Amino acid sequence: MKDKSAVCRLQLERVSHSFGQVSVLHELSLVVNHGEVVVLVGPSGCGKSTILNVLSGDITPLSGLVRREGVIRTIHQQDGLFPWLTVSENIAMGLRSMENTAHREREVSDLINLVHLEGFGHHYPHQLSGGMRQRVELARVLAGDSDILLMDEPFSALDYQSRVRMRRELIRLLQLRPRTVVFVTHDIEEAAQLADRVMVLSGRPATISCELLIDAAHPRDLTDNAVIETMKKILKELGL
Amino acid sequence: MLPVIVLLGLLSIWYFVSITDLFPGYALPSPLAVAKSFREEMLAGRLINDIIASLWRVAVGFVLSALLGIPAGLWLGQHMHARHAFLPMLNFFRFLSPLAWIPFAILWFHIGDKPAFFLIFMATFFPLVLATMSAVATIPSIYFRVAQDYHYKGLELLRKVTFPAVLPQIITSLRVSYGIAWVVIVAAEMVGCQDGLGYGIWEARNGLRLDSAVCYMMVIGLLGMGIDRLLYQLTKLPNVRWGYER
Repeated sequence: MKDKSAVCRLQLERVSHSFGQVSVLHELSLVVNHGEVVVLVGPSGCGKSTILNVLSGDITPLSGLVRREGVIRTIHQQDGLFPWLTVSENIAMGLRSMENTAHREREVSDLINLVHLEGFGHHYPHQLSGGMRQRVELARVLAGDSDILLMDEPFSALDYQSRVRMRRELIRLLQLRPRTVVFVTHDIEEAAQLADRVMVLSGRPATISCELLIDAAHPRDLTDNAVIETMKKILKELGL
Repeated sequence: MLPVIVLLGLLSIWYFVSITDLFPGYALPSPLAVAKSFREEMLAGRLINDIIASLWRVAVGFVLSALLGIPAGLWLGQHMHARHAFLPMLNFFRFLSPLAWIPFAILWFHIGDKPAFFLIFMATFFPLVLATMSAVATIPSIYFRVAQDYHYKGLELLRKVTFPAVLPQIITSLRVSYGIAWVVIVAAEMVGCQDGLGYGIWEARNGLRLDSAVCYMMVIGLLGMGIDRLLYQLTKLPNVRWGYER
């Protein structure tokens, strides 16, 4: 893997945006450091997804500055895989620039093994369970030259146990293939377990009401002190 | 097994009605008379000739309309303004019976294959364009967002994302419009041709040989079903299964 420290950079500076009369973001500033996992938590409808869309470039904010360097890929809540492509073909999407076919195939099979989907390379997404599909998504965004991963509630469509399993999976994958991650969720447990830094958002227009640094080592168990402490703080911040 | 029972039931109703004196023999031929006429038409080689003529006309008209209609639908589906501009026109022609074009077809293309090509084209082009267009217009936007993440652009976007995303619906609309084509060919050949299955029925009518007409009708029905079975095989392609299983 090439060194990416110089390339990736993600920053919002006093970004404001509104849909019609509704102001969604107001003077929001955010810097995401290289290799960091930043989790945005907040009640639904507070503008979390809008922030991701601004970061990805899908939405151009009405005012403010967006700095974005490096290859950015998004994992959506569900149905982001192309149903007409097999697991292997979906993963290979990000490897089209690799000239050498043999290298590309090896990389695809490495990624399939990495997410524990050996033997499913020729399956189509509709033949897999929800959890397996999200694992294919993880393999796909990790393929090739990606620097920054934006995750829009990627596990929220899964059942609780798969969700917990997928968090551990994500941490393991990021240890093997480090990336800068911005993760949006309404699940405070998820936030406390995954994040290097949690941003608690509140209200509309979205403002960062508190920022929590978590320096406990990964992987963290749900019952670790650091996780429980963080959850307490987030709950308090959200007034729950 | 059940379809066979229904079929046998239908055949026996036909047989019993035909042996009563409800209709005279020339107005309702018996199954036996139809079978005899089938043998006759086969031996004379007329039936085979007519089958080939009709299949050829439908194939040419249908392929032409798919080759133009599907790309047109893909383009219109992606361009909102063009869609807006063309939709009323397309809808207008879709509701115009292709049979209304018969006098023009004959005056423009005279008697032979060409008026039939033209009528098949007019019958299938508009539904195909409309179906493809609305399929493209309703592709979930998430696919295009993912495509953008992975730098699909221009022709590659069309070939690798837009087209496969609507292929299941295109196959369905091909089956539907092929059905229309097969219905239209009979009418087209009654007036615009000197052979073909439609012409065969017309000639049987003129000679008051309804046994021969029924024999042609049965061939038309069976061939239509057979070709639809072939088109149905397209839905079994592995990269379109998703469109039918969710």
